[in-house]
Amino acid sequence: MLAVLPPVQQDYLLEARQMQALSFAVHIPLVCFGIAFPAMVLFAEWMYHRTGEDTYRTIARRWTRIMVALFAVGVITGTILSFEMGLLWPNFTATFGSVFGLGFAIEGFSFFMEAIFIGIYVYGWDRLSPRAHMLSGIPIVLTGFTGSWMVISVNGWMNHPEGFRLAGGRVVDVHPWSALFGNSYFWHELVHMYVAGYMVTGFVMAAAYAVARLRGRWTRYERTALAIPLTIAALASPVQVLVGDWAGRTVAQSQPVKLAAFEGLPRTQRGAPIHILGVYSDDEVKYGIKIPRLLSLLAFHDPNAVVKGLNIVPVRDRPPVNVVRFAFQTMVGIGTLLALLGVWFVVVRVRRRALPDTPWFFRAVALAGPLSLVALIAGWTVTEVGRQPWVVYRVMRTADAVTGASGIPFGYAALAAVYACVAVGVYWILRRLAKVPLDAVAH
Amino acid sequence: MHLYDVPMVFVLVGLVLYVVLGGADFGAAVWQLHREDRVRDFAHDSMAPVWEANHVWLIFVLTVMWTSYPTAFGSIASTLSAALLLAGFGIIVRGAAYALRAGVETPRQARRIDAMSAVSSVLAPFFLGAAVGGIASGRVPVGNAAGNLFTSWFNPTGIVIGLIAVASSAYLAAVFLAADAVRTANDDLVPHFRTRALAAGAVAGVLAVVGLVVLHGDAPRLYHGLVSGDGLPALIVSVVAGLATLALVLRERFDAARVTSALAVAAVIAGWTLAQRPLILPGLTIRAAAAPHDTLVAVIVAVLAGGAILFPSLGLLFRLVLGGRLGYGGGVAAEAPRHAAAAALAHGLLARVAAALLVAGFGLLTVAEAGVAHAFGVVALLAFVVVGFLAAVPLE
Repeated sequence: MLAVLPPVQQDYLLEARQMQALSFAVHIPLVCFGIAFPAMVLFAEWMYHRTGEDTYRTIARRWTRIMVALFAVGVITGTILSFEMGLLWPNFTATFGSVFGLGFAIEGFSFFMEAIFIGIYVYGWDRLSPRAHMLSGIPIVLTGFTGSWMVISVNGWMNHPEGFRLAGGRVVDVHPWSALFGNSYFWHELVHMYVAGYMVTGFVMAAAYAVARLRGRWTRYERTALAIPLTIAALASPVQVLVGDWAGRTVAQSQPVKLAAFEGLPRTQRGAPIHILGVYSDDEVKYGIKIPRLLSLLAFHDPNAVVKGLNIVPVRDRPPVNVVRFAFQTMVGIGTLLALLGVWFVVVRVRRRALPDTPWFFRAVALAGPLSLVALIAGWTVTEVGRQPWVVYRVMRTADAVTGASGIPFGYAALAAVYACVAVGVYWILRRLAKVPLDAVAH
Repeated sequence: MHLYDVPMVFVLVGLVLYVVLGGADFGAAVWQLHREDRVRDFAHDSMAPVWEANHVWLIFVLTVMWTSYPTAFGSIASTLSAALLLAGFGIIVRGAAYALRAGVETPRQARRIDAMSAVSSVLAPFFLGAAVGGIASGRVPVGNAAGNLFTSWFNPTGIVIGLIAVASSAYLAAVFLAADAVRTANDDLVPHFRTRALAAGAVAGVLAVVGLVVLHGDAPRLYHGLVSGDGLPALIVSVVAGLATLALVLRERFDAARVTSALAVAAVIAGWTLAQRPLILPGLTIRAAAAPHDTLVAVIVAVLAGGAILFPSLGLLFRLVLGGRLGYGGGVAAEAPRHAAAAALAHGLLARVAAALLVAGFGLLTVAEAGVAHAFGVVALLAFVVVGFLAAVPLE
């Protein structure tokens, strides 16, 4: 067996994986706000300095308070994730830390810069010059990118491991720079996630103001505060369709089993179809709507291309097909709807230079916020569960990475309880911040 | 010093900074257990701009550790998982308190949040200190959860180091807050925090003496390393710096006291390292635990380069905080330049450029096959979003 630490018996591998999944699912939406929100806040502040319109100032200051509250929760949930690298997967870290750890070490610095400049930006509103204050926001935008770059370079490496050799269960010939950054695999993941960050933040923020519109609050403040995030999300969504397609083609080349699980393709075949909905059982997709040759067309841009099936590896090396497949269909389905909503918005905007005014549009936007979060988590389920049973693709099994410590179910239950409280707290504070009177914000 | 020692120096420097800065944050939460809203708000407001940066030192320690000494990290984290998870819960509550406090509207809500945060800020340093005690007393063997889930850290050494961590956090925070009270001219709070600094400092000092006695019985190897081996000079420095800090606090020289208290913490951690050198865990030397050569070089390059960016920024943050430039209200609130409503952006042109970028991005990323084309395609698509946003963004 491949591992630096001696093998252990762990009866609660599934619980350990669920605990990790829970931690990711809580953290990832906050990451989106870390990636995209500072740019939106900064844009509103910039518009205020350009136009002198108080609406923009109010927006920027209200959003600053949301940004700092969500950043605080992101700091703690991110800290928990770094703990779990050792608490849950000590053998993964012990064996491969020297290969992938560099990405996290650099990410630590990125996170540091983000924390420093968030402190300056948030608490500098009243006492720094406008120029200094705007400048202090720029590093926050940049570190949102570098941070996700570093973390995803590690995830890309886990999916496409290189930059080392194995000898007697140990890694030798380690080249961390090329393993992480010379790796061709992480680019599509990074771009996909980065665009997702803008989509999620944009749609969630827009959804809040769409709800206000549906409840009859529709002043200049709400209109502007809806239009900024929605414009970004609406433009990012069609782009995400193209980026997702690129990601799918890269997966088809590097991780054929994962691609086969997306569709539930039991056997290698020429002109492979796609089934919409349905369930995978007994080596076939049942009750789905079959579209012939579409998988070959999407994966290789050729309706007659040969697509590898799940049968190229033994059953024990396959991911749980239905979980991956369901998550994939959820992501693609929601992503398509969001792209359509985005196109609707952009077309109306370009032709009429105004927001659409039917309530159906605002109902759709209100729904798009939560749906974008669902798509985000489904997307990570696709790539993470799709990589199973491997933690390092075709090198180390998740079962060989797990801790030998007892008590995982207790830790999992406790974390779930704590995160439930955190979720209630976040909900409470967002409600509170939304209720602060508009003219009180600037003071 | 060898190449394989260098990241350990980074880890230890990070640990010292975390104990001093992160510790002060936990301690401030403890001092927020007070009847008067003003005292609690003061302690909160002094830490709020810097707490996130102060906690990132822990992440720094973890990431450098697992990259540079992966086997040791895996062994430590798996054996001490219970203590670390409990400390993690403490950190969650402490951080959540900052988020929640932004939304309070009544003093009662603030009091509740502060109480929760104070309890968690006692638990977090205690469990982190206990985990250090587990390593220092040699109860973390090499292996995947090879040590006992509880007794590896819940033992005399772990408990006493945990208590010292709590007391010194409270102490560091009181010194910091007293200095802050002087700076912000909250004169009545100066004696308030000075008294608390002296009390917590005395408790920490007594615990340190108790700790040596406990180590004598419970971790003799470490004890002898400290009192008669390589660790002795560091032990002496820490005692002198600790006493000097108390004297400085007594004379209300708080800024100097911050420096000597940090020195005392650094000396304790250095003493521990020197006493147990060259072992990192029982039977595992730093050399054997170290990652391969290229990784060590990469980490050192990354930390030095990162530090070159980090320290000026951190300096800027603390300079602004100490200069009173961060915080709400007052100050030199900037007069916004009142341009006439901005000239309308050249919408037509921007929209056409955006459309061109979208088509180019589609062609390069989706139709073309070459990797270079994909790179340009991605850039074109991202540029489409930016230009499209500028074209479509509203002046509602």
